[in-house]
Amino acid sequence: MVDNKEQPKSSLSGLKVKPVYTPDDLVNMDFARDLGHPGEYPFTRGPYPDMYLGRLWTRRQIAGFGTAQATNERYRFLLDHGQNGISTDFDHPTLTGYDSDHELAEGEVGRLGVAIDSVRDMDELFLDIPLDEVSVSLTINHPAIVLLSMFLSVSEKRGVDWSRLRGTVQNDSLKEFHGQKTFALGPGPSLKLTTDIVEFCTQHVPNWYTISISGYHIRESGSDAVQELAFTIAQGMAYVESALERGLPVDSFSPRLSFFFGCHNDVFEEVAKYRAARRMWARIMKDRYKASRPESMRLRFHTQTLGSTLMRQDPQNNIARGTLQALAAVLGGTQSLHVSGYDEAFDIPSEEAMRMSLATQLILSHESGVTSTVDPLAGSYFIESMTNDMEEAAWDYINRLEAMGSGQFPMKTGMLSAIDTGYIELEIARAAYEYQLRIESGEQVIVGLNQYQSESNQKLELFEFDPEEEEWQKGRLAETRGGRSAADVKSTLSSLKQAARDNKNLMPPVLEAVGALATEGEILDTMREVYGEYVDPGVF
Amino acid sequence: MTAQSANIKVLLAKLGLDGHDRGVKVIARAMRDAGMEVVYMGMRVTPDQVAQTALQEDVDVVGISILSGAHMRLMPRLTKALKDRSISEDVLLMVGGTIPEDDVEPLHAMGIQGVFPVGSFTTAMTDFIIENVSQGRSAPRV
Repeated sequence: MVDNKEQPKSSLSGLKVKPVYTPDDLVNMDFARDLGHPGEYPFTRGPYPDMYLGRLWTRRQIAGFGTAQATNERYRFLLDHGQNGISTDFDHPTLTGYDSDHELAEGEVGRLGVAIDSVRDMDELFLDIPLDEVSVSLTINHPAIVLLSMFLSVSEKRGVDWSRLRGTVQNDSLKEFHGQKTFALGPGPSLKLTTDIVEFCTQHVPNWYTISISGYHIRESGSDAVQELAFTIAQGMAYVESALERGLPVDSFSPRLSFFFGCHNDVFEEVAKYRAARRMWARIMKDRYKASRPESMRLRFHTQTLGSTLMRQDPQNNIARGTLQALAAVLGGTQSLHVSGYDEAFDIPSEEAMRMSLATQLILSHESGVTSTVDPLAGSYFIESMTNDMEEAAWDYINRLEAMGSGQFPMKTGMLSAIDTGYIELEIARAAYEYQLRIESGEQVIVGLNQYQSESNQKLELFEFDPEEEEWQKGRLAETRGGRSAADVKSTLSSLKQAARDNKNLMPPVLEAVGALATEGEILDTMREVYGEYVDPGVF
Repeated sequence: MTAQSANIKVLLAKLGLDGHDRGVKVIARAMRDAGMEVVYMGMRVTPDQVAQTALQEDVDVVGISILSGAHMRLMPRLTKALKDRSISEDVLLMVGGTIPEDDVEPLHAMGIQGVFPVGSFTTAMTDFIIENVSQGRSAPRV
């Protein structure tokens, strides 16, 4: 048995944790300088003065499976059960820029997300959902330019002015090389497309969030909390530098950048991570990139509780894990939240599991009392020490990444170089392996897995996937191809190719191609012809 | 490095477009640390590419990681591709990932000897390999 007397203790990510904290731990801290008030620089205590007293976080459960029609039904179910934002999960073929009839897509069409091949599917996905009222998050990265164009095209068709759209496109291309791994193009070209979206939206879709800078997938890939924080902030810096290099003024685009973090089981470490992230970003934007608008400095984020913490053994225990993680996210000041389904170690979540996740959020909102005051843990000797330690450890990584770069934009070049050499992926793989070894040795207790195993073998009602939907989707794709003007498709794709060769912003030609019913795969193939295809280096 | 695992060669790969590669990389390290020779093909490979590489590299074990739910579609294609090259008897075939309980027996029946759902320990896999790789492989490779 593991007892509780081992010394010294450390957090899940290996930061030292003392038995007792006192004012002596904060002697170097200046409260005005390092904390300030909520809603004020450096935003450690939160982006808004009133936080949840002004508005609760957005309950945004991600969903997507099968066809656009099936997913549209789930969206309406969630909206009816207390959800107030939509987050779209696309299937792997869509995420990687292949059509549903591609050889590699077999068995994955609509399997882990919704299948979208053309603007017709996007229209169907948001049937009867008012696009100017519900904020929509498109969880897509390298093909983001295509899916965003489809969304804008649908909005235009419905007469919704682009300035009234308040959604998000994930568009975090760099993390695809070490987290999530749904890349389509290489690091350089995909960063160019990310920046195209930032530039286009800054001019034409002013209230859209152009990048959701994501640590969540890095954490799911096995990183620890320090790496999640460091690599996410570093990615954000690379995007800022890429936009500055494009000639955009820092205060024109920075207010529309948002963040996305995971949440693990170590409650205080997670709270410290979120608070450190806000302070770091504020200082980076102000001191390094000379932003002057507070909106450019305040970090806002979405949280998803981590699927990789969910166990097959005693799956209902996962409800407790999700609750703890959601609590940490709220204590850390998240702006929106997804609680992962307790059955996700088996398959994508059932409707029942999603109802439970929403209920978890509602109980936190209305029964726990944690929303009654802003940043309730501020001033805790422990939390403030942990926030400082987290920040310091993250800066070690960021400084290392910067040293890998050069020139006027060393974080941009440093990140590209760290991706090329596999540095980030290997650091994460090392952390994932060490964590697994701690579980296997019993040093890290996971209830029901390596300790306190239960005899109960309760059967869950899992999500039922309909394998017919793949064939149906392929049929619909064939119908789309048959009912469009081949000449229009050809000419728009050829304009796109020329624009890519001329290094122009690709949003306008992609909008044209989408309007001509060119498919996602055809558009990405055109880009792959110009930029080449990225192949997984397979490092471990 | 243990004596039994010193000469075992393992081929690991991910089939399809599935991007969840945390597990397969953890397993690759565990097998390497157990003294096995590991060839990791990376993601987005086809069953034919796996079978062809298994043949060319003369591996003892083929381990496939699938967390997309497509295992019942893709694994039969792999067993066929191995049979087409007459090497299905020579390799120990394993699969891991988000595999529901109900799929375990059908996968065994397809000729996949090792099925390891998420949460399986790496030691369970390395032990399984050491126990099952045929004795003929214990001679040093030349």
